[in-house]
Amino acid sequence: MSILEIIVISLIKILLVVIVMLTTVAYLVYFERKISAWAQNRIGPNRVGFHGLLQPFADVFKLLLKEDIVPDAANRPLHTLAPFIALFVSFATYAVIPFGPSVNIFGYDIKLVVADVNIGILYVLALTSLGVYGITFAGWSSGSKYSLLGGVRSSAQMISYEVSMGFSIAGVLLLSESLRPIDIVNAQHGWMWNAIVQPIGFITFVVSAFAETNRLPFDLPEAEPELVGGYHTEYSSFKFAGFFLAEYANMIIASCLIVTLYLGGWQNPLVDISGLTGTVATLLYVASFLFKVAFMLFFFIWVRWSIPRFRYDQLMNLGWKVMFPLALVNIIWVAALIMIFNL
Amino acid sequence: MDFYNIIFFLFALITIVSAFIVVTSRNIIYSGFSLLFTFFGVAGIYVLLGSDFIAVVQIMVYVGGILILILFGVMLTNKIVDVEIRTGASHMLPAAIGVGILFGALTAVMVFTGWKSEPGLVPQTTTVDIGKLLITDYVLIFELLAMLLLVALIGAATIARREKE
Repeated sequence: MSILEIIVISLIKILLVVIVMLTTVAYLVYFERKISAWAQNRIGPNRVGFHGLLQPFADVFKLLLKEDIVPDAANRPLHTLAPFIALFVSFATYAVIPFGPSVNIFGYDIKLVVADVNIGILYVLALTSLGVYGITFAGWSSGSKYSLLGGVRSSAQMISYEVSMGFSIAGVLLLSESLRPIDIVNAQHGWMWNAIVQPIGFITFVVSAFAETNRLPFDLPEAEPELVGGYHTEYSSFKFAGFFLAEYANMIIASCLIVTLYLGGWQNPLVDISGLTGTVATLLYVASFLFKVAFMLFFFIWVRWSIPRFRYDQLMNLGWKVMFPLALVNIIWVAALIMIFNL
Repeated sequence: MDFYNIIFFLFALITIVSAFIVVTSRNIIYSGFSLLFTFFGVAGIYVLLGSDFIAVVQIMVYVGGILILILFGVMLTNKIVDVEIRTGASHMLPAAIGVGILFGALTAVMVFTGWKSEPGLVPQTTTVDIGKLLITDYVLIFELLAMLLLVALIGAATIARREKE
């Protein structure tokens, strides 16, 4: 393949992923409202379009048409930059997540991942640690006490849970012997899903993922009763939409990561058994990936409307005294498995 | 000038310009912020040299850990005493002499060292080799460094706890 071909193919993949991401984010907000309505025995949005299906567009246009207010006390350049950092990080992470096996289109062998990097998982970790900047800058540059407190809380929370997240991933890496996401997916062939082989690591990772995305029960950065709106209190219009978008994009990323690392990625043992090959099988694999991600997204929303928020000290205790030791136990467990069964 | 060189100079430019801002900016938050780009530029040069692992670790450790700590410190202490912390650039002459000597020494080392150059390809991935070396040849240093970090952690925890008495 010449360089031009590689660039064109990559651009098509990027475009596809961005479009899918944006529509998913838009409808994720809709489903969040619908599911919350269902959980609270309400009806939910049903005015705009059939069963409220056009609601996301109405929301987006409303946000874009609002006036952009920057407080006098704010630090203008950083105040503007913060939502863009948040958006950049959440979209860039998707580059290394494989959503299907290799396919053959027009004689080209194409991997269904935007960038097949051999240190993909480290790349994800590095970008997640960048995500803290968007929130820290937003909190500090707004020039408001509530924003600053929200930003500081959020950064402390993300840094703490990054530790147990990293250690949970170490267990996965021990089994797959590679940092490349495609190899990690392939290592979970059949029913050897990491969620089954190392359930403790799965739990610690999912909990850390909730904390990293600042979702309930870990949404202390924007705890309304104490902090008004947390780090984005002073944001309006498009910049607020940026943070809003980033939060939901982060949820998708977290779900994709959980599926890739622990739920076998695009693999589906039932398709393997059925003996299907070619395009049909590929489509089924991609569909299984999307289904698993959709389930994890539902899980995220489900948890949000079922569990109350933690207190700050409880959050830190859980992170450092429960999740971190559990992640270490998981590493020993996986190492023992490898020693005993020669996996 | 080929593609590779253009990218190298781009990263070098980012690194040097942002490092210049770090030193000269009067607002310490801006200094911290442009330090972010310095780290990125250096990481980019690592990628260009084929050491992907070091590049990502550079971002994880410096950008994700150390710089956040610096910014935290600045942000939380900046407005406590109503005097904004400003970086003073008052020792121009001694600094210029010191940096000049360092630059001369580094250039001399660079020019006069007989560099080992092997006509080999850039390795596809360095992670496996680094892992093996850390566990075999350099295991003692590796463990000692781990101990050092543990000591630092315990020290930090002890200092933080003292107030409770």
